[in-house]
Amino acid sequence: MARARAAEKTKSTPAKPGHNADRDELLGYYRSMLLIRRFEERAGQLYGMGLIGGFCHLYIGQEAIAVGVQAVKESGDSVITGYRDHGHMLACGMDPNEVMAELTGRATGASKGKGGSMHMFSTASDFYGGHGIVGAQVSLGTGLAFANRYKSNGKVSFTYFGDGAANQGQVYESFNMAELWRLPVVYVIENNQYAMGTSIERSSAETDLYKRGLSFRIPGEEVDGMDVEAVRDAASRAAAHARSGKGPYILEMMTYRYRGHSMSDPAKYRTREEVDQVRKTRDPIEHLEHRLSELGFADEAALKAIDADVKRIVADAAEFARMSPEPDPAALYTDVYLEAAQ
Amino acid sequence: MTDVLMPALSPTMEEGTLAKWHVKVGDTVRSGDVIAEIETDKATMEVEAVDEGVITEILVPEGAEEVKVNTTIARLNGGAAQTKTEPAAAPEPAAAPTPAPVATPPAAVAPAAAPRDPELPAGATLSRVTVRDALRDAMAEEMRRDERVFLMGEEVAQYQGAYKVSRGLLEEFGERRVIDTPITEHGFAGLGVGAAMAGLKPIVEFMTWNFAMQAIDQIINSAAKTLYMSGGQIRCSVVFRGPNGAASRVGAQHSQDYSNWYAHVPGLKVVAPYDAADAKGLLKAAIRDPNPVVFLEHEMLYGTEFDVPADIDWVVPIGKAKIRREGSGVTITAHARMVGLALAAAEQLAAEGIDAEVVDLRTLRPLDHETIVQSVMKTNRLVSVEEGWGPMGVGAEVVARVIEHAFDYLDAPPVRVCQEDVPLPYAANLELLSLPSVDKIVAAARAVSYR
Ligand SMILES: Cc1ncc(C[n+]2csc(CCOP(=O)(O)OP(=O)(O)O)c2C)c(N)n1
Ligand SMILES: [Mg+2]
Repeated sequence: MARARAAEKTKSTPAKPGHNADRDELLGYYRSMLLIRRFEERAGQLYGMGLIGGFCHLYIGQEAIAVGVQAVKESGDSVITGYRDHGHMLACGMDPNEVMAELTGRATGASKGKGGSMHMFSTASDFYGGHGIVGAQVSLGTGLAFANRYKSNGKVSFTYFGDGAANQGQVYESFNMAELWRLPVVYVIENNQYAMGTSIERSSAETDLYKRGLSFRIPGEEVDGMDVEAVRDAASRAAAHARSGKGPYILEMMTYRYRGHSMSDPAKYRTREEVDQVRKTRDPIEHLEHRLSELGFADEAALKAIDADVKRIVADAAEFARMSPEPDPAALYTDVYLEAAQ
Repeated sequence: MTDVLMPALSPTMEEGTLAKWHVKVGDTVRSGDVIAEIETDKATMEVEAVDEGVITEILVPEGAEEVKVNTTIARLNGGAAQTKTEPAAAPEPAAAPTPAPVATPPAAVAPAAAPRDPELPAGATLSRVTVRDALRDAMAEEMRRDERVFLMGEEVAQYQGAYKVSRGLLEEFGERRVIDTPITEHGFAGLGVGAAMAGLKPIVEFMTWNFAMQAIDQIINSAAKTLYMSGGQIRCSVVFRGPNGAASRVGAQHSQDYSNWYAHVPGLKVVAPYDAADAKGLLKAAIRDPNPVVFLEHEMLYGTEFDVPADIDWVVPIGKAKIRREGSGVTITAHARMVGLALAAAEQLAAEGIDAEVVDLRTLRPLDHETIVQSVMKTNRLVSVEEGWGPMGVGAEVVARVIEHAFDYLDAPPVRVCQEDVPLPYAANLELLSLPSVDKIVAAARAVSYR
């Protein structure tokens, strides 16, 4: 059983370093995670109203990962992921308005309405997408790391992928090159136990994904991806390793996706009880709420105020996304090529 | 008070059945709670609450069918907290804001209730079958007939197919013959080719053909070329199948038409059916064929019903085009989903006095140019339609063949209708502008008719 296994194994993650838990930092994580959660709930609703089309893969349940890794990201470090990308974009600091407007396919969207849910980018936020082909971002992220080493700029590439993507061949081709050439890349595997309707046990001969780099000599560790501080601390170790010239590092984040794979998902491959159990016992946001009150950093009123603020941001984003115009028809033909220098 | 609306769970869903309520009036719901189950033609799905509050009204009873998307199905009290508890913080409402207008695709072209197709065998009873089920029936019949045939791909077994094409096959044939693979297209396509070299007859499903770009090396270098390279020793009877082309709003990486890519390659056969009878008959032929066959389906046609001969072993030969509509004024060639658009265009053209003949290519390799050439010799005008990009495309080949074989018969330069020469955009209006349409076909037919 995926859930039992995850629960039992996450016990082995390093103890939380409560001592360096700074109040503003933790409240910042809380706010970011809540922004992602509320944003995604609203996106799901807009999808149901027909305002968002095609695919829409929500990040609900996995918020602690993007936020915890972001906490150690330095300016100039790059981030790249697959199609379940809204959370990463918000964590990177992209404007919720432009992300939501891209979901509704409007001219004001992050990709001017041309990309949609799966294809957004922000050079300003070091975010390199937003990729629809399972596994493709792993080679791309390795290439971003290659460029860092080439430029000797001391920057790291955070390359995210799923448990399902971990079976693609190019992942291992990338692992080999990354270690061979000591590329500064942190591979963040978001193991939410399922690839569409296939549980990890049904797709993987070795289900401990953090071990998947062993034959390339890449160190890996398993991390409780529902605990933002554990994520942050592991990301910090991994980034230090990569930044110091020692090469790649693998973090297997144990997590769970609450919603369906995309919007139309019959969800027959897991029970309602399994989902409820994770929500009740491992929810990353509730977990952080407990930490905040246990440390005396925030009372219920303070948390409510954050929630209200976040809800307003999200409501504004939805309104912006609804009211913005569709792209100008002439935009159909732009951005196919750049003008070549003479 | 917050309205709970009937949600759309897929881009193509317009209505559904409200199968079950999980809450009743007076219940408190939190966002994420399952409040109802709805059914569509594809599956049953759970509806989760977005807003929080107490259910005050249930407006659509359990079991109600054909509930239109966006109908209010229940009301919540308290959920309006989303914006209304902080009015001060809310932005100054613009004067009567209205949502920006959004392009909507034209209603699906329903296949006209055509007279009985002469190709369908005289005595056979016909039943209405969706393209989805016709494909499933073809696989099931061939698997019953030949023990060497098996199906593998992502989500084909337990999930019953990402688009439900393999529904019921696992139950009938078991795990030995209906196999869920990891997400490793290059690996399992190669494995399928290897199994075929050893004498099995794999059907390799790609969740969509976009993902087969991971595997194209095995399809071309291993499947297509080995018979030749081995001097005829190594055979490779394998079918690669899955949806091809643009679905709806899924963006540039999930919408490509690969017709011309595979039709370029000697050693492959390439089939792209339009209706359910061809989907079934051609898939059965593909499975029986001793060569590697690329079988291009279309997601937008899966749910469409057509007549299919029942109770007989219905096999349609690969390599034969089909005249879908006879006419004397202009030849329109098309394949897959574009056939429906061409037929709709022909109806419109008829009203203008242009009598179009619609040729459904059905097989792209080998291309039945005789049927096309004969049609053009009669009409003297040619419009080719394809969903993909024009340059180096199917239309380019069709036009070249016509010029080679019937140059003197042409009364006008042929016109190609294809997708605009850009990656497919996501925005609703741009996507519509980019894809071929009935209007574009009508305009092309007028142009070659100098009208
Ligand atoms: C090469 C390729 N194959 C198949 C797909 C279809 N697909 C999209 S997401 C997905 C599941 C991926 O699961 P995982 O890597 O675990 O990520 P998660 O969705 O759980 O975040 C599949 C099969 C695709 N987009 N690309
Ligand atoms: Mg997964």
